[in-house]
Amino acid sequence: MAQVFHRAANNVAKISIVVAVVLAGVAGFVYTQIARSSYLTGRFVEKQQPVQFSHKHHVGDDGIDCRYCHTAVETSYSAGIPPTQTCMNCHSQIWSDSPYLEPVRASYRENKPIEWERVHDLPEYAYFNHSIHIAKGVGCSTCHGQIDNMPAVYQQNTLQMEWCLQCHREPEKYIRPKSEIYNMQWQDSELTDEERLQLKADYKIRSQEMLTSCSTCHR
Amino acid sequence: MPSKDSKNNFALLRDKILQKSGKDYWRSVEEFADAPEFEEFVKHEYPQHAEEWEDGLSRRNFIKVMGASLALAGLSGCVIQPAEKIVPYVSQPEEIVPGKPLYYATAMTLGGMATGLLAKSNEGRPTKIEGNPDHPQSLGATDILAQASLLDMYDPDRSQEILKRGNASTWQNFMMEIRARIDENRVDGGAGVRFLTETVTSPTMIAQMRQILTELPNARWYQYEPINKDNEIAGAKMAFGSPAKAIYRFDQATRILSLDKDIFSDFNVRYTKDYNQSRRYSEDKKDISRLYAIETTMSLTGAKADHRLAVKPSQMPEIAKAIAAALGVAGATSTYTENAQWIQAMARDLQANRGRSIVVAGDHQPPMVHALAGAMNQTLGSVGATVTYIEPLQPFPDVLQIDQLRTLVQEIDNGSVKMLVIIGGNPAYNTPADLRLDMNRFKVDAEDREGRKVPLRVHLGLYQNETAEICHWHIPEKHYLESWGDARAYDGTVSIIQPIIQPLYDGKSANELAQLFFRENYDKKDYDIVKEHWQRQGFAGAPRALATSAATNNQTQTNNQSQQTTNQVQLNNEQPRTPSATQNQGPATTVATPMTTSPTNRAANPAGGDLNPAAGAFEDNWRKVVHNGFVPNSAAPAKTVSASGAFMNQPTTPASGVLEISIRPDPSVYDGRFANNGWLQELPNPLTKITWDNVALVSPNTAKRLELNQDVKDEQYSGGSLGTTFVNTKGGNLFSDLVTLQMNGAEVGKPVPMWIAPGQPDDVITIYLGYGRTRAGRIGTDLGYNAYNVQRSDAMWNGVGEIAKTGANTAIASTQIHFNLESPARADDILRVYDLEYFNQHPDTGHQHDHYPDSMYPRYEYTGNKWGMTVDLNSCVGCNACVIACQSENNIPVVGKEQVERSREMHWMRIDTYYSGEVNDPDGPHFQPMLCQQCELAPCETVCPVHATVHSAEGLNDMVYNRCIGTRYCSNNCPYKVRRFNFLLYQDWNTPQYKLMRNPEVTVRSRGVMEKCTYCTQRIAYARIEAEKDDRPIRDGEILTACQSVCPADAIVFGDLNDGNSRVAQLKKDPRNYNVLNLLNTQPRTTYLANLRNQNKEMPDYKVPQVKDSGHPTEENKAGDGGH
Repeated sequence: MAQVFHRAANNVAKISIVVAVVLAGVAGFVYTQIARSSYLTGRFVEKQQPVQFSHKHHVGDDGIDCRYCHTAVETSYSAGIPPTQTCMNCHSQIWSDSPYLEPVRASYRENKPIEWERVHDLPEYAYFNHSIHIAKGVGCSTCHGQIDNMPAVYQQNTLQMEWCLQCHREPEKYIRPKSEIYNMQWQDSELTDEERLQLKADYKIRSQEMLTSCSTCHR
Repeated sequence: MPSKDSKNNFALLRDKILQKSGKDYWRSVEEFADAPEFEEFVKHEYPQHAEEWEDGLSRRNFIKVMGASLALAGLSGCVIQPAEKIVPYVSQPEEIVPGKPLYYATAMTLGGMATGLLAKSNEGRPTKIEGNPDHPQSLGATDILAQASLLDMYDPDRSQEILKRGNASTWQNFMMEIRARIDENRVDGGAGVRFLTETVTSPTMIAQMRQILTELPNARWYQYEPINKDNEIAGAKMAFGSPAKAIYRFDQATRILSLDKDIFSDFNVRYTKDYNQSRRYSEDKKDISRLYAIETTMSLTGAKADHRLAVKPSQMPEIAKAIAAALGVAGATSTYTENAQWIQAMARDLQANRGRSIVVAGDHQPPMVHALAGAMNQTLGSVGATVTYIEPLQPFPDVLQIDQLRTLVQEIDNGSVKMLVIIGGNPAYNTPADLRLDMNRFKVDAEDREGRKVPLRVHLGLYQNETAEICHWHIPEKHYLESWGDARAYDGTVSIIQPIIQPLYDGKSANELAQLFFRENYDKKDYDIVKEHWQRQGFAGAPRALATSAATNNQTQTNNQSQQTTNQVQLNNEQPRTPSATQNQGPATTVATPMTTSPTNRAANPAGGDLNPAAGAFEDNWRKVVHNGFVPNSAAPAKTVSASGAFMNQPTTPASGVLEISIRPDPSVYDGRFANNGWLQELPNPLTKITWDNVALVSPNTAKRLELNQDVKDEQYSGGSLGTTFVNTKGGNLFSDLVTLQMNGAEVGKPVPMWIAPGQPDDVITIYLGYGRTRAGRIGTDLGYNAYNVQRSDAMWNGVGEIAKTGANTAIASTQIHFNLESPARADDILRVYDLEYFNQHPDTGHQHDHYPDSMYPRYEYTGNKWGMTVDLNSCVGCNACVIACQSENNIPVVGKEQVERSREMHWMRIDTYYSGEVNDPDGPHFQPMLCQQCELAPCETVCPVHATVHSAEGLNDMVYNRCIGTRYCSNNCPYKVRRFNFLLYQDWNTPQYKLMRNPEVTVRSRGVMEKCTYCTQRIAYARIEAEKDDRPIRDGEILTACQSVCPADAIVFGDLNDGNSRVAQLKKDPRNYNVLNLLNTQPRTTYLANLRNQNKEMPDYKVPQVKDSGHPTEENKAGDGGH
């Protein structure tokens, strides 16, 4: 019986094994890149909001504190989106006839809430709590980026679990003094390593086992 | 699959069942027989065929579906989350912080009695019911009905629009028509106007009705609901000459005799709470109370009783007389001669505890038994000590509800009723057959389709039920969580019902409907009605208002008033039981969460506290009362009564047939009003564990005599046509024989499935109310049979009857044999019951060897919080409240009857019932709440291929839903059988009402995911975050798991084991503390405190405690064998 395969088939087989491994590696790499891409994570995507509200103007230029609007950030899991009433505190006095603000006035007039597009959206099985992060020295800009530079807010980070875990594994790298929580210009390099570890001890931040236990975030 | 051989030997097996015990503790008759089939069954995680598709899916289709789902599974990791909106308030209410729940005090009424509640509100949506720790009828606990009422509120089948002759109409139209008709009726003083309500204790409603009856002096107001206090009131009239309501102080009693009264399944959880004050065992209090029960159908009280006597219902009055005679009640003689030794010994025990004993008679016992119980309490010196009497809470206590209904029916029959207003209730369904208010009653002749006898019928109700169908107008009723109102607690305390949410549908409350009949100011909101009533009435008058409200009776006013004056209505000498005084022992005291309550300015008005008596202080007081949920010190004053022995001459009617039949309310759906509640339908009945059905109970002996459930068919071995049920060696309890049942000369009308119940007396059949609804809704319609069809107004609860086999049988979904624990070497590995005296002498009898060193894994030291739980089996009364509370807290779905038959119920928590002794005269059952044991060396974790179940640093056995791929290895490896798998998409993801109801703190699980008890990890996280923000440790008692906070028996205690002072750490040192299946070395965090039997040595049924060898010789041999 004649040989079914030509002698070159040996090489083809060897090469195809190598190619398959390389291809699998490339596919894996592509998969992780796609999974982390802004296409899937929504990172850096500016969303069209019903009101052209600029954080750059209100925070950067006017210097309004985060907590003026996001009142619940220190007490609740949600930072809170301000009610129309909060907008009208100022805008019944200034820019009270600006066409940009018509949706706000309409909302107030007709008692219909403004429907904002959600920018930071965690999966429903992740139970993030703003208040405890504030209490443990995680600043706003650590997760949200420099909001004071964002005319339209976008998502600065991937909000994926691997990103959360960077900090939950080594919180000392990301914490800051309580006085600087709402400081948008804060740089992590402003503290020495010793100061960070001291801060971690002062805040009584729990162990890595505790912070990376599943039930810490998932219920 | 069981062998053919064992099937052929079925007759032998059956004899084995009836003669000999195979095991010390058994859950079902199958297990009792120690049948090989049962062993086979236990080895399977789910019953035979439980894992098959319910429809005939071919292999080809299966592969298609699998292929598609594999392809999709790969994609699911990269799905972009759908865009979401954020909708803030326009102007945010001051007290609402988004994400922070608020608790509002309110109250739920049943049978006229109000239990004080705290309703949890997430941004205005009620999501959980808790008990109000300050309210005398709750003290922080609730029962299954209050827990499940949340689902009722969100029920999409609730009535949503006003109907006129079945067509949609408006409140305006209704108001116009009804106003015109009332004005017509004013001419003759409303002689044709009749109101029918359920038991009303609401002071506002009573005042409104009084006003209406003043304006329409010839109108009449009747009250009827099937489960009422008629017998108690008639008994009081017999014994004392005037109606009275007994208030028991079980916390003060050391000996309790129940004459067919189920103390523990009452809506009034206070009695369970009180009972456990005297029953609780601790190192400091080794003397616990003793409970005797004489009853027909096994009840929770019978199950917990130290001595129980099962008797026929017809014997009960004579037995009561015999006990009265033994206690030395003057004039008592009896014809009952059986069980003389039992009665004598018990009577001596009661007498030895003079002033500290209670005799309590059941609601379904004839007045004679109640009268005798009153006389016995008086003879025992209990009156004033452990029993006090008050005026009945409802108006017209002199006329029994059944007589009120009878009068109404007579008036309808003779055509004198022109307008019938039915406020609440469902009399077209739940009235006795001879007084049924159905369409036939309203027909002038056979041709009459309209029911012209009563030209205008109006119905107010939560559902468009059987009664709505026969009424011209139907008005949707507001749920109590949507309306303002008031009612009285069991001791008369005025409780305020506060709405938590705007009505989901355009409903009206009973107060609003009643207001419509006023001459003036007829269009008012419930808030104004209730508030203005109290403004007029004043809170100071609340206790007295009761006495005067009784005099609003317009039917039998004359003799009622004379009795009012002759009975010295004295003011409350004893201190009304303020909750703070009795609360100290229970965990409810330390409730932190629910008491961060109220938006109605809690800081200004701390709970408790008296009201300001100043004249202008109403507004302040009103806010305080609404905030607290009740009017302080408004309990009814005690009434002085004195029993005369004259009634004892009245003859008792002996039974005139072989087979006696007893009617009882269903343990889950009550009188049928909760029939459309999926939580309650799927809740296993406490003793039979039956879901979704009502059955008729029969004793094993009688079943054998009548050849009921004795057949074994091939299909039962193979799992039946649906492949659903396990072979039933008891002869088909799961495949129950259907019979036709006759009682009082009437037929039930639908075949009745029979169920063999250990503990049932021979020749007595018990049937249950609440089923056979024809218009309940999507869930409750056409389930079971309607026992009201055989109820007669002169034989409401007991009678004689006959049954005849139809030859057919049916599948009954009982969870009794689901999730059995495989018992290793020793019987007490699972359940422990000790005789009290024996245990006090041998406190080390429960010693367990610690197998931790045998583990191959290194020991992990938990340095932070170390969560643990104890369950006191001596306290647990098996009332199921924890099961529903867990379901409500953790968004647990309902799966339906067919899925329950396949053992796929999703309850994270179940209450196992274990009998011991002989099947015809069992001891127990003993209850064992079974939930995730949070093992430190968890067998489930080691087998998960994807790390979906792992340990947390606090020792919780975390379940990570989004990692789970559904292999079910963990469930297979769990020796406690506490894991539940979503075989199908059980959650209702579409109904908008249910979205509002769910706990936002807990993930809503999808198909293909394993789930289990998490120790309410969301509550732990909440408390942990709050504590850390305040820079303090979590306080003991700050975290209450859902099951713990609801428990009326305070049986469940949760806390930090690393805090040596915590209650749970203390309880773990109790010598009764033990691990279930200790030799498997799972190191469970949930442990149990052994049940105790406080037996009386003089009793003929005294069981000598079996002396167990205190060593553990077999454990080592068996240790490696565990875990399958």
